[in-house]
Amino acid sequence: MIAVLDGGLRHIGARVVDGVWKLGCATRFTATLIARSGASFRRPQLTLNEIYFTGVLSLIIIIVSGLFVGLVLGLQGYETLKRYGSAEALGTLVALSLTRELGPVVSALLFASRAGSAITAKIGIMKSTEQLSAMEMMAVDPYGRVMAPIFWGGVISMPLLAAIFSALGIFGGYLIGVVIIGVDSGAFWSQMQAAVDLREDVLNGVIKSVVFGVAVTLIALFEGFDAPPTAAGVSYAVTRTVVTSALVVLALDFVLTSFMFAGV
Amino acid sequence: MSPEPLVELTDVQFAYDLRPILTGIRMRVPRGKVVAIMGGSGSGKTTILRLIGGQLKPTGGRVAVDGAAVHELDHDGLYRLRRRMGMLFQFGALFTDLTVFENVAFPLREHTRLDEALIRDLVLLKLNAVGLRGAAQLSTGELSGGMARRVALARAIALDPMLMMYDEPFTGLDPISLGVIANLIRRLNDALGATSILVTHDVGASLGIVDYVYIVADGRMVAEGTPDEIRASGEPLVRQFIHGEADGPVAFHYPGRSYAQDLDLGGHP
Repeated sequence: MIAVLDGGLRHIGARVVDGVWKLGCATRFTATLIARSGASFRRPQLTLNEIYFTGVLSLIIIIVSGLFVGLVLGLQGYETLKRYGSAEALGTLVALSLTRELGPVVSALLFASRAGSAITAKIGIMKSTEQLSAMEMMAVDPYGRVMAPIFWGGVISMPLLAAIFSALGIFGGYLIGVVIIGVDSGAFWSQMQAAVDLREDVLNGVIKSVVFGVAVTLIALFEGFDAPPTAAGVSYAVTRTVVTSALVVLALDFVLTSFMFAGV
Repeated sequence: MSPEPLVELTDVQFAYDLRPILTGIRMRVPRGKVVAIMGGSGSGKTTILRLIGGQLKPTGGRVAVDGAAVHELDHDGLYRLRRRMGMLFQFGALFTDLTVFENVAFPLREHTRLDEALIRDLVLLKLNAVGLRGAAQLSTGELSGGMARRVALARAIALDPMLMMYDEPFTGLDPISLGVIANLIRRLNDALGATSILVTHDVGASLGIVDYVYIVADGRMVAEGTPDEIRASGEPLVRQFIHGEADGPVAFHYPGRSYAQDLDLGGHP
């Protein structure tokens, strides 16, 4: 009995120590990444390439998902609002849900699975095939040359993707509400315009998506960099990127929401 | 050997956590020579290369390249030194998202401001030196193992390094590719006026092209000499290594309990 308890405690202790150790490594990784980001700004082409890979290539999934989320919101929102005789408020409901929550959160989750996983796999494979080591030995800093441009590319792409997601979502809501169901177009847009505040809603949504962009890209880069240099190691790292990013995005969203909208 | 070596290791110790990998390593690599570090897998020879390249720091002793203590350099100093080093990795470590041409052009683009026409000429010159000028536009996925190693070699010599390091350059090559790489190592060293360090366990290919040999076993230097001295050595460990004997001072069996104990036979002590 004591042996089992002892073993269990040891196991928990080891997990905690491992977790703290990894958090320390991730912090040091982040500090080094930011300190050596000079090349990303001196050579904007490097960052632009990464914006293409993480941002532009994620457009399809963001556009399609945004549109469908908007369609569903329009449909569900109309059904509910109709009961209270305020179907004209559909525009407000769709726009607020998207700019405040769904835009930043869902696009961050999609970004983690589409771009985050690709980043982890790329860095993990570059490490396991000694490409990062080779770069170091050629006196080219892999932090500055490879990882910092990916980081800044992700941080810039994320709010843009979230904005596109929200815009397409609102368009989807308009399609289902106004074009198909027949809600008054003037009421749909004017109520939306009156209710959505640029600072309270739109700006806070943008802040959220920047924070999510930082979190997801950092997690993806660190997991790739920290992956054991084997096939299994890289595949676990990709899984961890998607799972950890999703949990961190949802947790951060709760924290940010409680600060931003507590008094609203 | 020459009084002014390009690379000198003095009483170098290295340990991962508390596990010793290298102890009391002394080594001198004179300018212009090709020196081999030989030893079995896991003997610590690649670690020596990483110490010379500054990717690892020794836990004791001194690693000097061209008079500078590598482990005492700051980030910028280390990167300045590395611009004068070239390293060929075991499987080439080519950038898989770039073509052959772009791989060789990479160090030139990163470290020089040469115009595109000159970069093109230099890349073709380097690729010609390894016999792959015609493969410039191939992607790395289209290369055989031997070709990839040669492209990586062209990339490593792109900036005309003073010191070339080769990490197991012969692993997994067919006899023809192996001969080609071995010849290139010697020829490029002499043509560039460089100095080369070759880490390998391939006795046949390396003894023919190197000037001096160090043999490492269990993290210690156990023998050194010219290829002829090594071939003639009566030292049991060197003989076992050179002739590829299965058993000898390096035991065939991994240490463990006795066979009888493992099979649970009676009568064992």
